[in-house]
Amino acid sequence: MDIATHVFSAFYQFGDAFAFLVLSACGLAVIFGMMGVINLAHGEFIMCGAYVTAATVHAGLPLPLGILAGTIVSALVGVLVELAVIRHLYDRPLDTIVATWGLSLIATQGTLIMVGSTMAGVGTPFGSFQVGDYSYSIYRIVLFCAALGVLAALYALFNWTRFGVLARATIQVPHMAAALGVDTRLIYSLTFACGAGLAGLAGGLYAPTMTLVPTMGATFIMEAFVTVVIGGADVFLGTAPAGGVLAVVKSAMTSWQGQLFGQIGLLVAVIIVVRVLPKGISGFVLRERT
Amino acid sequence: MTGLLAMFRRLEGPQTVGRGPAFWGLFALVLAVALAYPLFSDGYTVGNTVYFFVWVFIALSLCLIWGYGGSLSFGQTAFFGIAGYSYGILTINFGSGYGFTLLALVMAVAIAALFAVLLGYFMFFGRIAGVFLGIVTLAVTLMLERFMAQTAGPEWHIGAARLNGFNGMSAMPPLTIPWPGEPIVLFADVGLYYLVLGLLAFVYLALRILMNSSFGNVIVAIRENPERAEMLGYDVRKYQLITFVIGAALAGLSGVLYTVWGQYITPSSMGMTAAALPLIWVAVGGRSDLTSTVIGTLVVLAAFQALTIYGSQYALVFMGVLLVLTVLIAPNGLVLGAMNWLGRIASRLTQRAG
Repeated sequence: MDIATHVFSAFYQFGDAFAFLVLSACGLAVIFGMMGVINLAHGEFIMCGAYVTAATVHAGLPLPLGILAGTIVSALVGVLVELAVIRHLYDRPLDTIVATWGLSLIATQGTLIMVGSTMAGVGTPFGSFQVGDYSYSIYRIVLFCAALGVLAALYALFNWTRFGVLARATIQVPHMAAALGVDTRLIYSLTFACGAGLAGLAGGLYAPTMTLVPTMGATFIMEAFVTVVIGGADVFLGTAPAGGVLAVVKSAMTSWQGQLFGQIGLLVAVIIVVRVLPKGISGFVLRERT
Repeated sequence: MTGLLAMFRRLEGPQTVGRGPAFWGLFALVLAVALAYPLFSDGYTVGNTVYFFVWVFIALSLCLIWGYGGSLSFGQTAFFGIAGYSYGILTINFGSGYGFTLLALVMAVAIAALFAVLLGYFMFFGRIAGVFLGIVTLAVTLMLERFMAQTAGPEWHIGAARLNGFNGMSAMPPLTIPWPGEPIVLFADVGLYYLVLGLLAFVYLALRILMNSSFGNVIVAIRENPERAEMLGYDVRKYQLITFVIGAALAGLSGVLYTVWGQYITPSSMGMTAAALPLIWVAVGGRSDLTSTVIGTLVVLAAFQALTIYGSQYALVFMGVLLVLTVLIAPNGLVLGAMNWLGRIASRLTQRAG
């Protein structure tokens, strides 16, 4: 095996880790960055997206439409949750964590009761290709592109659309935005729906690659939280670079010692980074800029 | 002598609900009933009560860190698990002779506390606060669970103790008190009951004293406004770290007692669900008061067990609903609310009488 295949393999691993971190974290990061709310039911929104995707694919729809359906259903559930619970807790961030944890318990256990302990999965599309002695899944490349696509779409959404401008205004000075006629409650609802929808999208995208069980959200949330903690409150200055840094750590540790050590590496990285940069990467970058 | 008296005067104060002869009379009555209870019951029920008591320690630890200290920690179950596993590893390796199990209990709690010092240093001296603290502690807990769950192979052992992966460790010796002639083995019935009850009463009273002392007042001041506490000259980080370590030791005690009670410990005792349950007890009871936490924990545990008989699947959903509703409707906790209400009625009655 020559150097080129090694390099390709390393890049592939990195891309895979990057896609997983960014896709699972961006929904959480949007909600946290815009609203200061940590959504502990994030994993369950991902689960919801994956389940809806699998169900629609079983019903005969093609996979992309299934993923779209998963995204939309998650976003709708997000609106309901925001209206019923989150809305009443904006001035109590710690209580939001507790309440969303309660929701996560309800969702996990409720799914277990209603759907059963497992659901038939969806086959991974596109097959694989060969580089050197190893074969690689094309779908993982698609996931990587999807992660980049999501970041680009979020950038466009928050910078170039009216909703994005209003949302950022609401986040900066809520009272001022409200005084200028922005319906801040609606903005908060939509932002939460956006985050929930992104979680659903992550679930839909990863549905073909994993077994669908009610506790599958737990496989995402640790990575998602770690990325958001390291990244800080800003999606572009935080989540994306944090995803990049952590992907290097994770893929290196994983190929060295296996899956578990990849995760331990993430945890150690997060503890060290928060000791050095308490506000995450984006806090650091923004401080340098001002 | 006066120092001791001053200490006992701290049993009641601004940070704890309940004062005066009425409260302490009730406390003595409850304690007397608890002491006499095994005489009127069978071994199984007493053992089950021990199981309830074991969880009160972890609830108290969360009450201390979250309710009084204002830092939401999801990591209590991590300390619970670390101490439980440590006890198992120590006793399986060194046996139960010469009162070693008691030493192992202390050592296991110390190991959990040491881990808390390490983790707490990075968190509090990195000034992680609020929601981030919750996330980091949660990540640590989940990581530990995953780590222990994959230790199934025979290569994962410490001395003679196999870690056994997802099935967990079992068959560690119960607590044994060395006694001339025959050592007293505390199986999960009357013997362990009195030990745990004694520890519980001790910890409860000690925490009351601690919280009403100047240390406790500083902790509450930090919860109310960290900047102000810092301006007044207190090293916020140090106080938070000490609280965190005390809490971790209590959670560790809970873990050791749990391991001793059932003679097993599994990785799922550190999982998401296990981490959520203490939060529910404390939130429903009333996180900012010790007495409410104890009562709330026992009541919710009893309700949970009763529900489990009719359908364990629905019990967890019910717990989730209970948690969400408590946070939305009675953020200070149901038991605390009820106790404050009773207190107001009592004071109104005494005013009318006087």
